[in-house]
Amino acid sequence: MLTTEEILETIKMVQEENLDIRTITMGISLRDCADSDPRAACRKIYAKICRQASKLVQTGDEIAREYGLPIVNKRISVTPIALVAEGSSLEDYLEYARALDRAAEAVGVNFIGGFSALVHKGFTGGDRVLIESIPGALSSTERVCASVNVATSRAGINMDAINLCSRVIKETAELTAEADSVGCAKIVVFANVPEDNPFMAGAFHGVGEPDCVINTGVSGPGVVKSAINRAGDVDLGTLSETVKKIAFKITRMGELVGRTAARRLGVPFGIVDLSLAPTPAVGDSVAEIIEEMGLERCGAPGSTAALALLNDAVKKGGAMASSYVGGLSGAFIPVSEDAGMITSVTDGALTLEKLEAMTAVCSVGLDMVAVPGDTPAETIAAIIADEAAIGVFNHKTTAVRIIPAAGKKVGDQVEFGGLLGQAPVMAVNSFKAEKFVQRGGRIPAPIHSLRN
Amino acid sequence: MNRLKGIPGGNSGNQNAGDGSNRIIITVIGPDRVGIIAAVSNLLADNNINILDISQTIMQEFFVMVLVADMEKAAVDLVSLKDLLHGKGEELQVRIDAQHEDVFNYMHRI
Repeated sequence: MLTTEEILETIKMVQEENLDIRTITMGISLRDCADSDPRAACRKIYAKICRQASKLVQTGDEIAREYGLPIVNKRISVTPIALVAEGSSLEDYLEYARALDRAAEAVGVNFIGGFSALVHKGFTGGDRVLIESIPGALSSTERVCASVNVATSRAGINMDAINLCSRVIKETAELTAEADSVGCAKIVVFANVPEDNPFMAGAFHGVGEPDCVINTGVSGPGVVKSAINRAGDVDLGTLSETVKKIAFKITRMGELVGRTAARRLGVPFGIVDLSLAPTPAVGDSVAEIIEEMGLERCGAPGSTAALALLNDAVKKGGAMASSYVGGLSGAFIPVSEDAGMITSVTDGALTLEKLEAMTAVCSVGLDMVAVPGDTPAETIAAIIADEAAIGVFNHKTTAVRIIPAAGKKVGDQVEFGGLLGQAPVMAVNSFKAEKFVQRGGRIPAPIHSLRN
Repeated sequence: MNRLKGIPGGNSGNQNAGDGSNRIIITVIGPDRVGIIAAVSNLLADNNINILDISQTIMQEFFVMVLVADMEKAAVDLVSLKDLLHGKGEELQVRIDAQHEDVFNYMHRI
């Protein structure tokens, strides 16, 4: 039997603590849309997305109202376009990006992910064309998101791919300079990328996935923060228990919404991504959870330990709440999308180096970090390589979403608006890494025994 | 602890949640005044919605009512009912929500 207290707890989570379903993401395979005639391929892509996702937004809105749970985003992920477009011998894949953008607009979603390539071991012709098309694609479309997987724990780290990606990021920053280089907010460079991630900008529909699938991503940093606050002056074991219990409850909502959406749309249910995804709204911040645990500011000594506790407890509690957990699952620590992280950077508590250390125990990596526009491509490549090394050698997903904001200097602000938020430009270590990254080639996969 | 009899609970393993049962939870929160229960129950009766259980309490100075109802034979769907309740809430200066019971079962029952 439910109690009044339990019912009121749920209502409080939604009304006061910003509990929401962050995204329902429909994964759509475009493998059957490949065609040697690119125009035919784009026609098929547009038609398939519009067919599969025609009711996605409407269904999401209906479920949100019936359950009284906000569903913030309805989105689409597709097969990495490098795989679909490779059969058409084009110089660039802008036509494909535009087809995705038009389809996303037609079905009413704000982002579509999958302008992607998987090059952890090397490039095919199509992979190279796709990556080189990213700056043009992101500066000429609104909704398309790009991602590149440059490393895995099995294949090692592809430095040539990282070098190419860093040049692409710089070029995208220049092409979208008038909008504070917002194009870079839509490129994610991954190590160990998951194939069922529902969160943008890194979502794509992996090759082992079914034709169409529904994945959900939950959120709720505010709920976790309140639970820790209510727990009061307890030891760290009890704190972890508190987070586990609340993560269970949050994840159950993702499971319920995901299963209901999948059934109503007549497609299989994939996974719940049991993430804590912050937004720029006050009280919806992962940094504030860390501060609630007892640190003066996120980024202070102890922040890595606090984040490790949080991330692990979220996974433990969430894993029991869902039959299928996947995606990125854990606590995100983006800078521009988290009011507490922004304050920490502005106050000088959080540096890029500390953030990098924290990514070793968070769910993804260096996310939505703005750096000066004159940061050399080689330095960006080296930052990506460091982050990939953390992922590859610790067998976790890591990623870099970095914005070398054109014309901006340390201390300036960049404004992206909406969920992408705003970020202070952070200082980058100015010593050079050029000679190292320009060696190119691949860093071999790590040994799987002798673990120290 | 007030236990609500209308809800069996513990059926959260049910993977067909959402479309199986027609039970909803209506919550009313706000300053106490004459006629809240009458207004809400009249609205439900007008729309052929059966009340299974009511629990009410005063928390701090606020009136809190939780009501379990069955929409099996309801004349409106849940989304329209929410609009009606919301309007009634504004009239009474209280906050009225209606949600499918699965939300609560899923969150609080294994």
